[in-house]
Amino acid sequence: MADLAQTPLYAVHQRLGGRLVEFAGYAMPVQYDGILAEHERVRTRVGLFDVSHMGEVRVTGPEALEAVNRLVTNDLHRVGDGRALYTALCDTDGGIVDDLILYRLSATEIFICVNAANRAADVAHMRAHLTGDARLEDESDRWAQIAVQGPNAPELLARVFPKAAKLKPFRVAQVDYGGRPAYFATTGYTGERGAEVYVAPEAAEALWNELTERGQDLGVGPAGLGARDTLRLEMAYCLYGNDIDRTTTPLEAGLGWVTRLDKPGFVGKDALVAQEAAGVPRKLVGLEVFDRGIPRHGYPVLHQGRQVGHVTSGTKSPSTGRAIGLAYVEAALSAPGTELAVDCRGKEKPARVVETPFYQPGK
Amino acid sequence: MSQIEKDRRYTREHEWALVDEDHPNVVIVGITDYAQDKLGDIVMVELPTVGDKIEQDETCGTVESPKSVSDLFAPVTGKVVEVNEALTDSPELVNEDCYDEGWLFKVELADKSELDDLMDAREYEAFLNSLDED
Repeated sequence: MADLAQTPLYAVHQRLGGRLVEFAGYAMPVQYDGILAEHERVRTRVGLFDVSHMGEVRVTGPEALEAVNRLVTNDLHRVGDGRALYTALCDTDGGIVDDLILYRLSATEIFICVNAANRAADVAHMRAHLTGDARLEDESDRWAQIAVQGPNAPELLARVFPKAAKLKPFRVAQVDYGGRPAYFATTGYTGERGAEVYVAPEAAEALWNELTERGQDLGVGPAGLGARDTLRLEMAYCLYGNDIDRTTTPLEAGLGWVTRLDKPGFVGKDALVAQEAAGVPRKLVGLEVFDRGIPRHGYPVLHQGRQVGHVTSGTKSPSTGRAIGLAYVEAALSAPGTELAVDCRGKEKPARVVETPFYQPGK
Repeated sequence: MSQIEKDRRYTREHEWALVDEDHPNVVIVGITDYAQDKLGDIVMVELPTVGDKIEQDETCGTVESPKSVSDLFAPVTGKVVEVNEALTDSPELVNEDCYDEGWLFKVELADKSELDDLMDAREYEAFLNSLDED
């Protein structure tokens, strides 16, 4: 752990007894009390995640909106100022460089959250393809980020950020915390209500402590990367490096809903239009596996004994008890209800393509 | 500090083997406190089947947490004579009581001298200390 980067909340994780692991070059807490306990905390009460390892990029200038729109698959014109937008960032061949949240602060200022492991590659890629009167700055070291997620998150957040309490999902507002500018974004990676709060590194520990103190009656507590993974997988949200990467396209990954092939040119559009026309060969689907098999990254997916794909993520869903996973399979075998099998370390377990998400929060 | 029981033998794969009081030719097998803590919440245990022949140091099952799969290694050679059926529905017993209720399976020893290959409690404790120094 000695040569790893630390987030501004490193001392907090140590104090809480977090189990630290390497993630994207950072020492990050994978769990504190146990993945199942933290998962349940987020599904039924409210959890705090340190996601300060995530990168932040800002694009500013008279043509900032158009400049970003030419980089990404989704369309910033579909939302107004103060809105968040999920998107893929593609290379010219349609392969996914990263998946991002864009915050449209205004037409001349776009704030972007990128995956930690991709930060350097994203910045290089975006700079290489940036056109028009706009400039891009990597602000990752200037921001800490705390995700506050769970059914009790709105109540807790309203106590600390009363001005942002009425914000609907997928919005962003500029607020202050500790006398410094902050962003309050009603986004997340768990499917629950809540926010991701971007604050100055110097203010991060104070915010974490205040959320903890003021949320005691709401059952607040920490949640690590382990629970973050099981929570996002129940929602079938893609994890970069597992479910999507440079070798997959958004059309294959089920991200067609954030891929606007009808908008003017963007990096990767030609390749994606061609793939759409030729037919997408494989699709990322939700799988349920039966007979006590748990799908895991890399396990082969079979149909009548023939390999037709592979698992990209899998776990035993803490909320439902079912063995769930995401897998790329041949497009012809991607319809919900299709009976398949997963080779779980030499044992063939029955599986079925199912609708996603695997779990509906609040139901 | 991991709990270690003095009445049994241990492997470098963090399993324990305890001679069955009623059947001196049978050992009960489980994983150690250190192992269950490292694994985290155990959500699935795949055990060998009664009647299976298992070989010392060979894989004979898996233990799964939300994040990962870990192999179980046979601490001794022999025939599986019983498995802990309770783990099918309650794998968390391994976390809660790894040295008793959370036992995994019982093996009829093919060669009793194999037990001598395993560490006693004192040796296992020293082994754990050497790991923590890494």
